[in-house]
Amino acid sequence: MSSSRLSPSAASPVSPAQNAAVCSDGLCANGLSCERDGRVLFAGLDFQLPAGTALQIEGANGAGKSTLIRTLIGSTSDYDGDILWGGKAFPRSLAAMRAELLYIGHHAGVRRGLSPLENLAWYGAAAGDAMAALDAVGLYGFEDTLCQQLSAGQNRRVALARLYLPAVPKLWILDEPLAALDVAGVESLEACMRGHLQRGGSVLLTSHQPVNIQPLVKVNLADFQPQERHWEAEYGA
Amino acid sequence: MSWQWFHRLGSPRWFYQKSSAWLPWLGGAALLLLAVGIVWGLGFAPEDFKQGNSYRIIYIHVPAAFLALAGYYIMAISGAIGLIWKMKLSFVVMRAAAPIGAALTFIALFTGAVWGKPTWGTYWVWDARITSMLILFFLYLGVMALSGAFSREQSGDKASALLALVGTVNIPIIYKSVDWWFTLHQPATLKLTEASTIDPSMFYPLITMIAGFYLFYAWVLTLHTRAMILQREGRTQWVRELLGAPAPTKA
Amino acid sequence: MGPDAVGVPLSKKAYSAEAGATQDAYAQVPGFYTLFRTELVLSARRRSDIVNPLLFFVTVLAMMPLGIGPEPEMLSRMAPGLIWVMSLLATLLSQESLFRGDYEDGSLEQLALQPQPLYFPVLAKVLVHWLVTGVPLALLSPLLGMMLNLGAAGYWPLFISLVLGTASLSLIGAVGAALTVALRRPGLLLALIIMPLYVPVLIFGTGTVQAALDGYSFGPQLAVLGAILAVAAALAPLASAGAIRISLEN
Repeated sequence: MSSSRLSPSAASPVSPAQNAAVCSDGLCANGLSCERDGRVLFAGLDFQLPAGTALQIEGANGAGKSTLIRTLIGSTSDYDGDILWGGKAFPRSLAAMRAELLYIGHHAGVRRGLSPLENLAWYGAAAGDAMAALDAVGLYGFEDTLCQQLSAGQNRRVALARLYLPAVPKLWILDEPLAALDVAGVESLEACMRGHLQRGGSVLLTSHQPVNIQPLVKVNLADFQPQERHWEAEYGA
Repeated sequence: MSWQWFHRLGSPRWFYQKSSAWLPWLGGAALLLLAVGIVWGLGFAPEDFKQGNSYRIIYIHVPAAFLALAGYYIMAISGAIGLIWKMKLSFVVMRAAAPIGAALTFIALFTGAVWGKPTWGTYWVWDARITSMLILFFLYLGVMALSGAFSREQSGDKASALLALVGTVNIPIIYKSVDWWFTLHQPATLKLTEASTIDPSMFYPLITMIAGFYLFYAWVLTLHTRAMILQREGRTQWVRELLGAPAPTKA
Repeated sequence: MGPDAVGVPLSKKAYSAEAGATQDAYAQVPGFYTLFRTELVLSARRRSDIVNPLLFFVTVLAMMPLGIGPEPEMLSRMAPGLIWVMSLLATLLSQESLFRGDYEDGSLEQLALQPQPLYFPVLAKVLVHWLVTGVPLALLSPLLGMMLNLGAAGYWPLFISLVLGTASLSLIGAVGAALTVALRRPGLLLALIIMPLYVPVLIFGTGTVQAALDGYSFGPQLAVLGAILAVAAALAPLASAGAIRISLEN
């Protein structure tokens, strides 16, 4: 993988050597570049997400947040650079990463034809745990209503209820988790994420609004705009 | 890196530059063989004792039918290489091969119909081979329609490559079942392209035409692939330089 | 809502970083039975998805005598082919929505993230689709056979060939549904890419009935239908799984 032709316009927060040293733990990106439809979205992106920390991805609409997230969960393999999990690069470590991943994407993964309780059961939750989690996101009393009868915000909460289940996976990747939530919902979710970090979990999220959790590292994709805007698509020539 | 040649082979730019050198030879050889085959087959090969001069359409029909089927496999194998090794060029070849193969299938169907008129007195007969050709034509159309349906090029590439592969698995089954269906409904009537004993004086021009069609196919496929490379890589520096467009400015 | 949720203890196994412990963290993977039951529940709640293909099947077949004339001999000659072609269309039309809901609400993406292959989720979906479309079509076929004056020898072979054949149709159609799930309006495209692949099933399905009507043994044709089903069951979910991953990349 050669990414030398794509130099980031801004200095990355961590030098590659330093990055490699800490990359033995958690999720890391090394010189990551993504393109979509022949256009480079960002290039030379470096970050690490060791246990107990959180990372917020910022950027304007179309900056590549969703593409980055889909690359990190391994939905697409069209990228340049390295993604590492536990010190090993994708795709070798992809299965190990997914085994410890809880991902809530732009589409929440909530089936409209099932009730909130059935949805959580589909994700493997026992009934008691699911009830407690639905209570925590303020859906007490709605557990048997079909999700197609709930509002968009309530459907979002059904998805987020997965975060309140016991035995949650270690790595959370959340695309706009705070969208469509009211103030109390945001506070509750922030508390939940803080608790997750305290117990040694890690969170990677995108958000347009400030997130009150610590320790939080922010990465703005605008800092990784490629100088060379046109993708030279060939090898070795 | 022992795989470097492989990746270079997959580079559209490399292919574009190298193929410029092959093109005249390929085109020249194809046209030469086709010219020789047509003059030989239409002008000098003897008349058929039963069908008269109308049999001469096999000099177009048979090579076209050959390549229609071979072209599907070429398309599917290019798609498979693209899916497995993520080679950009092979997806371009796959897309370029689809309309050429569809056109050849259409030519085979059309010449078959034209031949059917003097032989059977009707343009269309549900003969096993004609029916199989028709289904092959539909398979080509499906691949083309699917590849064009995606707004994101890579998705169209992969989806149509997978469909072409599924079609490859199915083609033998389809051919066998259509064959069975035909024998069930029309036992032992005239067989259109049954390769009965063919005299060498008719056979050699046919072989020349088949070879000519193969070279012609390779030539047209290369031309189409090159055109699609330019279209796809239109944003890149080398294409802009090649076409004499101004260098891209940083927006 | 409250911060008390913070205190929920996390089990050790989910937090263990060792590769060997990953087996335990798979607790969230739905098993085949869960997948199957969920699909069944979902289809039971969308009754129109079950009923509409059947109504389509019956309505269009009722049009046939109006189009080609009521002569009993002609109808009985065409009955096997007409019923089979209509089953083909009914299966195809109902298949467009096979993965659509799951694609749009993100649960297909969640399934694709699971460490288990997508083969079994696809198989569960296709199995349910066949149970709610193909099997009812087969059950309805004697009624339509009667309306189209099908010979007495044809009923049983028609039923068995439809049961076997529609399973293959569901499996093959799933590949097309998976390939087109990312497209906004795939309707006609789905038919275009899948119809040619249906040819062998159609030929041997009608062949079964025709053989029985002509007084021959229809065992060989049924055996071929069974063989097609075996190949389709082995390969079609694999192809659909690949197609789903391609569609999710879009």
